[in-house]
Amino acid sequence: MYPRTNTRLVKSGVSLFKDKNTVLYIMLIPGIIYYIAFHYMPMYGLLMAFKDFNIFLGFGESPWVGLENFKILLGMDDIYRVVYNTLKLNLLNLFCGFPMPIILALMINEVKNRHFNKISQSLLYLPHFFSWVIAGSIISAVLSTSTGMVNNIIKFLGHEPIYFLGDEGWWVFTYVISGIWKDMGWNSIIYVAAISNIDPQLYDAAKVDGANRIHSLFNVTLPSIAGTICTMLILQLGKLLTIGFEHPYVLQNPMVYKVSEVISTYIYKIGIEKAQYSLTTAMGLFQSVVGLIMIFLANALIKKMGEEGIL
Amino acid sequence: MSKGMIEKLKLLPIYILIGFIAFTCVTPFITIIATSFSGHSAILTGKVGLWPVDFHINAYKAVLMDAKFYRSLMVTIFVTVIGTLLNLCLTALTAYPLSKNIKGRKYIMTFIVFTMLFSGGLIPNYFNVRQLGLLDTVWALILPSGISTFNLIILRTFFMGIPKELEDAAFMDGAGQARILWKVYVPLSKTVLLTLGLFYAVAHWNSYMNAMIYIRNSELYTLQVRLRQLVMGDMATQLTGSLSNEDQQVLVLESVKAAIVVVSTIPIIAVYPWLQKYFVKGVMIGALKG
Repeated sequence: MYPRTNTRLVKSGVSLFKDKNTVLYIMLIPGIIYYIAFHYMPMYGLLMAFKDFNIFLGFGESPWVGLENFKILLGMDDIYRVVYNTLKLNLLNLFCGFPMPIILALMINEVKNRHFNKISQSLLYLPHFFSWVIAGSIISAVLSTSTGMVNNIIKFLGHEPIYFLGDEGWWVFTYVISGIWKDMGWNSIIYVAAISNIDPQLYDAAKVDGANRIHSLFNVTLPSIAGTICTMLILQLGKLLTIGFEHPYVLQNPMVYKVSEVISTYIYKIGIEKAQYSLTTAMGLFQSVVGLIMIFLANALIKKMGEEGIL
Repeated sequence: MSKGMIEKLKLLPIYILIGFIAFTCVTPFITIIATSFSGHSAILTGKVGLWPVDFHINAYKAVLMDAKFYRSLMVTIFVTVIGTLLNLCLTALTAYPLSKNIKGRKYIMTFIVFTMLFSGGLIPNYFNVRQLGLLDTVWALILPSGISTFNLIILRTFFMGIPKELEDAAFMDGAGQARILWKVYVPLSKTVLLTLGLFYAVAHWNSYMNAMIYIRNSELYTLQVRLRQLVMGDMATQLTGSLSNEDQQVLVLESVKAAIVVVSTIPIIAVYPWLQKYFVKGVMIGALKG
């Protein structure tokens, strides 16, 4: 890496080069300690999934039970409901939420007014930077049956107010829409970038051939960003069993647990609140392993399509 | 009508649609601001839309005079400031050697990137923090998120693009590696470091889950935890306890809740112009990397 310096130093017989690298390794120590202490130690802690963890005995002394925890998990009724809810919410998110940023990006591309684009994009990205706690507070205020703006409009139109967060069907609806609301603009960035990378000559050539806007859209723009769309889609598919904690958690309430309890929130409730440590660790391990396998599968699939992989 | 005009008219529906979606993105937030400044009866009768009705600032007075809220604000500011500084030091210190051709670099990178793909998960993380004696300390909110691997990769990529000649020249002048990092690399990557600092600060400010899991002592509650409790109604009586009328309690709560939401978002709004500019770039880098 430092050919000139290196030869000079070797020639002068000084072993400074070696010293130079020693300092570099010393610099790495805090970072390595961080990764061991806060990432690899918890991975070691995953062994708890194969133990009957007893808080008084501690991690080391608790007895090994093999796959007992996984057997108990398979026998729990809750598990199937929680996994089902996770898959359902993720799939709904995929069907409704995935196409929206693409459509938005295509629309933004048609508008050539720079000021309009700048202002609208500033507004579109804003909800992404609010935490889910803040977003959840805003959502519950806006949807409130007594004082919320949405229900005020519904009442003004002469209908009965809708209890969006308290009714099971409406809760699922609210979950999906709020996800789209928060991240649609943000997720469109990658497609806007992909579209802006398309060679303008392609459009000129299409125009010469008599293509109008619609023709260009289907014959130039969409084929050009198909790779990006596929990559994003496969990544999403790879995450079907992984669900964020905060989005479902801040919208949850006792009236809708049947449809709103998902793997992440269930692990928190049973694990931390009810102290079922081994059981929930086993559940987490299952989720992490499935997640890892899915990512590798997704990566292989993306590479097979001739796109650049993610790993 | 000229051909250009017709073309523009055809685009009108698209303008309207984008405008509508953009408007929908901010409307809920605007309503919250309006509610926070509005009078009680106006909120209850549904008169408040995008503009305050019966303007007053009582809700903000109630929020800012509440000792618990004030304490949470201080905890959050402390975590954000100290956490971000620590993040930047750790990230720069780790990224620098990894941008050089040192032996074993590949293995160390694999060791680090693997943590993006696989994690211990909630319960083992909780026990780890407990084992380290960090439970119920402010450090439980800072240390577990010491380095964001994504940010580390961005900084390392940037360091790798700095010309070697600069380093060689400094080396010839007798500077050691630590000095080169501090006097050559850090000044050259000021913008990137500021950007990453912004990423880290927003993450600290918005962080909720760590505080919820690792903190039991209400003295150390962060703003997000307070806000969440308030929305869940736990704090309803605490904040409005002085008011006797039951109806008034509900009403004050609506505007007080709204005021807390607004106060919690002020820092985000304040840095938003920079956030937007650099986050977009960050996503692009991420996209290029894969």
